[in-house]
Amino acid sequence: MWKWFHMLASPPHFYRIAGLTIPWFGWPALVLILVGLYGGLVLAPADYQQGDGFRIFYVHVPSAIMSMMVYGIMATAAAIGLIWRMKLAHAVAAASAPIGAWFTFCALATGSLWGKPMWGTWWEWDARLTSELILLFLYLGYIALRSSIEDPQRADRASAVLALVGVINLPIIHYSVVWWNSLHQGSTMFNPGAMSIEMKWPALSMLFGFMLYYGAVLFVRLRAEVIRRERNAAWLRQELAL
Amino acid sequence: MQTTGLLKAGGLLYSRDLRLAFRRWEQVTQPVVFFLMVTTLFPLALSPEQAQLRQVAAGVVWVAALLSALLALEFMFRSDYEDGTLEQLVLSGQPLWWLALVKAFAHWTVSGLPLVVTSPLVAASLAVPTGAMMTVVASLLLGTGILSFLGAVGAGLTLGVRRGSVLLSLLVLPLTMPALIFGARAVDMAIMGDEPAGPLYLLGALFILSLTLGPFATSAALKVSME
Repeated sequence: MWKWFHMLASPPHFYRIAGLTIPWFGWPALVLILVGLYGGLVLAPADYQQGDGFRIFYVHVPSAIMSMMVYGIMATAAAIGLIWRMKLAHAVAAASAPIGAWFTFCALATGSLWGKPMWGTWWEWDARLTSELILLFLYLGYIALRSSIEDPQRADRASAVLALVGVINLPIIHYSVVWWNSLHQGSTMFNPGAMSIEMKWPALSMLFGFMLYYGAVLFVRLRAEVIRRERNAAWLRQELAL
Repeated sequence: MQTTGLLKAGGLLYSRDLRLAFRRWEQVTQPVVFFLMVTTLFPLALSPEQAQLRQVAAGVVWVAALLSALLALEFMFRSDYEDGTLEQLVLSGQPLWWLALVKAFAHWTVSGLPLVVTSPLVAASLAVPTGAMMTVVASLLLGTGILSFLGAVGAGLTLGVRRGSVLLSLLVLPLTMPALIFGARAVDMAIMGDEPAGPLYLLGALFILSLTLGPFATSAALKVSME
């Protein structure tokens, strides 16, 4: 197990494996997203209350789930990197941050577009919206800290500490915002309880498609990161046949 | 090789930090002046009407206090980092989390406590009724403490980073939002004549969390920055 672990962590080995796995993530992601979009935009019946407007749900909810999942993966990778001093884990955390930030942005943007026809406003200081916005700030802080430290090893470890502090704070932020909001007004507007199966499966398809997409982009970014860090290594010259 | 006890070492560090801070008096007074100035801006920008000021007072006091404390946060480790004192502290054989805790506490004494002391003045100028003063002071006592212990992590991480002060706000502000929510809520409830104990307890819980976990994260951050 450990041997396999160390082999995976060696840059040349990882570079090759990542190259092989990208299509295995990328193509299924494309198929699942296309199927999910077709199912969501064409096959699923219109909502009896929101009409066709609810269909943005198929992009919004998977993005929101991904935005939190990616932060979890990022913090886990950061912890592994700090504890076992594994460069690859740090690279995973670093590569995940921009992807997660984009998912968060997509969730916010689609939520805003959805809010305009449904609630009559682009932005509502709803608990979920607010905690999602704070999540975006956490991602941006992480990216900013990383980019302002030049030494890569120091950047790795500093941003890992920040990611861990952030992940402890995330539930606190979430619940504080929920309580803050419930003090101000009634419960949130939409409940995802009653959904028929033909409305649900495209969403699941989209979610899995997004996960695989994340995997594919993560490996592309990791390969780029390996190239950047090992730019003077002999194996890379051979690999790229320079 | 630990020769000095924890308490002794902590006391020495604390008194040293205080002495240094009071020799650079303007560093202590500047956040307070900033606090007073920012809160003066609000009546000018919004309206001098008492009823309207009272409505926004809780938020204004809290946001202004948070920003003023943030202003001072940058200096928590900076001069010690630049003149090598921090390196000596890391090498001193004392547990770094303890030194981080003491330094954050000393920093709070010179930057957070003055804000707490001046807060009734600011609150009164924003038409906060006298009955709510205790809540203003109590909530800011906890709130500035949270900012010092949590902000120490950010201050440690941004040591030796270009344009560190903007970055520091970017890192620390999202983390302090829960404190802001509960603190401003408590003050608001007190102004309206409600019992503010609920949000104050939650604020206390946040304070204990940042007091107990913050120093460990700070010591990790300092170790990274000292490499």
